[in-house]
Amino acid sequence: MLHKPFAVAALLAASCGAQAASDADLAAIRSQIDEMKKSYEQRIAALEQKLSQAEAAGKAPATSSAAAAPSDSGQRTTLASSAAAFNPEVSLILQGQYAQMKNVPDRTITGFWPAGGHDHDGGKGVSTRGFSLNHTELIFSAGIDPYWRGQAIFAVQDESVEVEEAWFQSLAIGHGVGLKGGRYRSGIGYLNEQHPHQWDFANAPLMYNALFGQEASFREDGLQLKWLAPTPIFVEFGAEVGRGANFPGTDSNKNGAGAWAAYVHVGDDLGVSNSWRAGLSYLNTSSGNREAEFVDINGLQAQGLFNGDTSTWLADFVWKWAPDGNPKYQNFKFQSEYFVRKDKGDLTCTDENGVGNACATPVTADYDTRQSGWYAQGVYQFTPNWRAGVRYDQLDSGRQNLGANAANLVVEDYKPKRATAMVDYSWSEFSRVRLQYAQDKAMAGITDNQWIVQYIMSLGAHGAHKF
Amino acid sequence: MIRLTMVLLLAALSFSASAALQVFATVPEWAALVREIGGDKVSVFTATTALQDPHRIEARPSLLAKARRAQLVVATGADLEVGWLPLVVRDSGNAEIQPGRPGYFEAARYVNLLDVPVVLDRTHGDVHAAGNPHIQLDPRNLFRIGEALAARLGELDPPNAAGYQAGYKAFAEKWQVAIARWEKEAAPLRGVPVLVHHGSFIYLSHWLGMKETGTLEPKPGIEPSSGHLSGLLARQQSMPAKMVLRTAYQSDGPSLWIAGKAGIPAIMLPFTVGGTPEAGDLVGLFDDTLRRLLKGLN
Repeated sequence: MLHKPFAVAALLAASCGAQAASDADLAAIRSQIDEMKKSYEQRIAALEQKLSQAEAAGKAPATSSAAAAPSDSGQRTTLASSAAAFNPEVSLILQGQYAQMKNVPDRTITGFWPAGGHDHDGGKGVSTRGFSLNHTELIFSAGIDPYWRGQAIFAVQDESVEVEEAWFQSLAIGHGVGLKGGRYRSGIGYLNEQHPHQWDFANAPLMYNALFGQEASFREDGLQLKWLAPTPIFVEFGAEVGRGANFPGTDSNKNGAGAWAAYVHVGDDLGVSNSWRAGLSYLNTSSGNREAEFVDINGLQAQGLFNGDTSTWLADFVWKWAPDGNPKYQNFKFQSEYFVRKDKGDLTCTDENGVGNACATPVTADYDTRQSGWYAQGVYQFTPNWRAGVRYDQLDSGRQNLGANAANLVVEDYKPKRATAMVDYSWSEFSRVRLQYAQDKAMAGITDNQWIVQYIMSLGAHGAHKF
Repeated sequence: MIRLTMVLLLAALSFSASAALQVFATVPEWAALVREIGGDKVSVFTATTALQDPHRIEARPSLLAKARRAQLVVATGADLEVGWLPLVVRDSGNAEIQPGRPGYFEAARYVNLLDVPVVLDRTHGDVHAAGNPHIQLDPRNLFRIGEALAARLGELDPPNAAGYQAGYKAFAEKWQVAIARWEKEAAPLRGVPVLVHHGSFIYLSHWLGMKETGTLEPKPGIEPSSGHLSGLLARQQSMPAKMVLRTAYQSDGPSLWIAGKAGIPAIMLPFTVGGTPEAGDLVGLFDDTLRRLLKGLN
């Protein structure tokens, strides 16, 4: 209570001083009086608020009786925003599922190079049946100082903790420039930057599995530079260089960069109800002895090692609609992406296990492919709690030119397809349960009817999601 | 010579006109306040409309493009825009509008927030750690916010600092008179019990002395359920509310249901500038709010 007389005294002193300085200027005095009237108005308002809070204190135990103390000097009251209360902001994603599908021990996509991805969970993940836990994600983020912000995401699963992302981002360069460094999900495509808990379906589009493996995202240890153009519509350019250790690249012990990427995104609103974003991305990776299992002309197991460069083009488009631009009650989202990928280099066919295949003497020959695929999906939120969506996936194994190895190895010509439907229910912004059905023809000769029930719960700081 | 001077002067004038301070306001009420203070010295973009729930906006590409070119972001703060604004500001590549810089202004820092939770626990719903952020409906809050805003505008645009002060002074005088008028008009609302859809009107109720006896949302941010609404209806016997209030962006279903059952009026209030055709500016916002409330009383 001591601060109050002080504040009054200070107020009086300040106003007296000001009056003396402005002599007998009538206008100045009038403004002084106005000023005082106003500060009394504020003081009375503050007191009224205190009174009502004191009254309310008895009724509502969840509300504090003392609000942020009013500062009578008119200076800004500092109050703890939740970002400061959680410093750093911490959140945890709980995600798990029940899956019912065919027992396919080595799930691959026919006609496509089997991306090992990171199968630290011992082949679990996309083909796990029954009850299972997906990654549990632990997210920390905070401003580091006025110049940088940092974020780290740890994926925890049984005996392993993986650094999913760990990066710093610039805040103070200005001129539309943003710099990010560390380990991050590359800005290529649309879905690539999204974590599984942000997906609209329980699994990623087939095309992302074909491109980047089970993780369905190209992650990079490197540097990302973005520039947002000062234009009325959204135009963003991005460029990345990095280690390129993840599929379709391989890790290598060398100086310099193993991968680079470039992309452009444009977007805008159409009226108040529609908004869209479109993008075009290019990713270049290089491989040294990228390994995969093949089948030789006699049906025996063989190994292939690819050395060369992979270039991937991605085109993406997202359109969102909400009546009056208010997505809370109803909204619709359409999303589609297309890719073309080319491998160019050579392939060495070997017989590592000595099964007596056609490559008992290793054969190295030209390897040149051009493969493509796309998906399109629509998700409609028809009440604040319910959403329903459909997705269609299709890939084309395309051109697979093996040179001299065509006489040794068999590659299949196939168009993998999948149709998916889902419905999900959200109790709040922080909890969701989803039922999904898919007819999966990703593997030649197998039609797999897959049912998945999945939950996604987020605890802690209220994260902001990208468009 | 005179002609040359004239031409130069004209050029300078047109330059200064096009060089209006670029302001990015998150919600319509702050856009209106900036216009009151800044007049033609500012060019204001409003990120949301009165028909949009400011909690649930997406970081749309168009918002990034606007933030990229803004010199001042005027936000409510207190977590109102937590789901989108931090991302827009960070990804804009605009160093001037980062939190902590003069180009980032949060109105909630200049008022006393109500409903500050003691316990931060989401079992109580989507609670805001700093307190209830819907501060604009107590018109007295606009004095301090306006004063701070005028100072901030002057800091960012020193040549026009005096103009912003004058703009604020004119606004404050007008506002003082208007508040006195509103308080007189609203006298019959004192002590009137009301139901509300969400905690959107706590500052309004507090100002006018209305008593909020229940919220249609069982917890902040959780949609009204039939069970909860039935419970509120049952309470009408012991604690009869006189009307049920909602904003322009909240669905009318729950309040119409309870209004129909209880035989009380369901009243849509503009909540912010643009929420109704009559609420075209800040004075209109309160004029129309009071008109609708008083009509509901009869």
